[in-house]
Amino acid sequence: MTQSAAPPPPKIALAGVHKSFTDKSVLRGVDLEIGRSESLVVIGGSGTGKSVMIKCILGLMRPDAGDIEVDGDSVVGLSRSERSEFMTRVGMLFQGSALFDSLPVWENVAFGLIQGRRMHRAAAREVALAKLAQVGLTEDVGNLVPAELSGGMQKRVALARAIATDPEIIFFDEPTTGLDPIMGDVINELIVQCVRELGATALSITHDMASARKIADRIAMLHEGRIVWVGPPAAIDDSGNPYVDQFVHGRAEGPIRMPVRAR
Amino acid sequence: MGFVQAIGRAFLTLLSTIGRLVIFVSAIAASLVQPPFYPRQLGRQLVQIGYYSLPVVGLTTLFTGMVLALQSYTGFARFNAESAVATVVVLSITRELAPVLAGLMVAGRIGAAMAAEIGTMRVTEQIDALTTLSTDPIRYLVLPRVLAGLLMLPLLVVVGDIIGVFGGFLIAVYRLDFNAANYLQATLEYLEPIDVISGLVKAATFGFLVSLMGCFHGFNSRGGAQGVGAATTGAVVSASILILICNYIITQLFFAR
Repeated sequence: MTQSAAPPPPKIALAGVHKSFTDKSVLRGVDLEIGRSESLVVIGGSGTGKSVMIKCILGLMRPDAGDIEVDGDSVVGLSRSERSEFMTRVGMLFQGSALFDSLPVWENVAFGLIQGRRMHRAAAREVALAKLAQVGLTEDVGNLVPAELSGGMQKRVALARAIATDPEIIFFDEPTTGLDPIMGDVINELIVQCVRELGATALSITHDMASARKIADRIAMLHEGRIVWVGPPAAIDDSGNPYVDQFVHGRAEGPIRMPVRAR
Repeated sequence: MGFVQAIGRAFLTLLSTIGRLVIFVSAIAASLVQPPFYPRQLGRQLVQIGYYSLPVVGLTTLFTGMVLALQSYTGFARFNAESAVATVVVLSITRELAPVLAGLMVAGRIGAAMAAEIGTMRVTEQIDALTTLSTDPIRYLVLPRVLAGLLMLPLLVVVGDIIGVFGGFLIAVYRLDFNAANYLQATLEYLEPIDVISGLVKAATFGFLVSLMGCFHGFNSRGGAQGVGAATTGAVVSASILILICNYIITQLFFAR
């Protein structure tokens, strides 16, 4: 559905993005374009800079060099208020769910509406309960606090929170990590369904190939801070790229050497 | 060479910490003058810092007042100056002991809790989540805590002043056989407004420092449970040391001629 006749400007474009920390350079020139309403999945081993890439796009980290554009406008170095404005168009599912443990579930989901958009609490609660229903959770769950939920349920709540403000762009950071295969598949289904319903652009990072195949329109592989391969999920099994081959088949032997030390 | 390197590294760390602290404080100041504000969060912190610290501050100042009466009596009896007990108690409590001890107790109770809570939010990405939900974490988390510390510690110290003087009164009257009316009169006789006011200025400063250190260390914590533990320790230790240093500076400003 992404290959339309006249190519529209990319929703998100990264050009030569570099980011390094005191002793290690993590991103070494990432070039990547994500089309409107496309679901792109970035795969790569642990510590290859996948999370750092998403944080750079979100502005939680500032890239050392390179540019990141959303709808053709640079989002690097926005002011606090511009950043806050940009965030109203964005949803993010964190790896560890990152739910606010002091607030009940429904208020977690409604947070972006109440605090970010200044919606009235009662109205925001209605929206939150509808979003919870969309991910298969009832009103009873909405009144619990996050600590009372299992990991899979927390992921669902986090997903509901990410889509609560009907964002144009949604980021998924390792959406299935730490879940059993069945719950992982449930989350994958929900992601596909939610993204399609919103018509949103999705950027996911994962090292779970089952998840990548399920939710991706296109897959990109990040290795040593650069994108080394991009292609449709169907082509990933015979990509002809030794890095992708090794990753997809999960072999210890190959061109990719796993660093023992994290940064 | 290793020794020189170690000194250099410590010095650079100190400079970068001061730099980050200045940026942090200016971000707080900027959020003070521009909406949105979060009154609900502020209310919660006012109750948390003010109301729930009352027992700790009350007990601390009560026993301090009591021991002060006892100590000064036994000391002054050596040169027949027992009549100065009331004055010593009230001046020590209002000028020094109530603000400093309340500040230190609140640093342990509130500063540690803030660092642990915000530090956990940092390492579990809840602070990043706030940002992605269009909510500035400085406004939402830090400003209410800093304001609450600044406003509530003086109130706590007013209560602490009264309880501390009352503690001294109890010991003087019921244990050292002072006349109650005479003791109260002596208490008020040499007490000047500046004694109480200087104590309240100290309290506001200490409340600000405790909240600031709690938030700053929590905000900059990293690396999981150990990082949160280090942030908590850092918050309490730095707040305590800053309290003692500022206590001297403020005393000098008010009373040195």
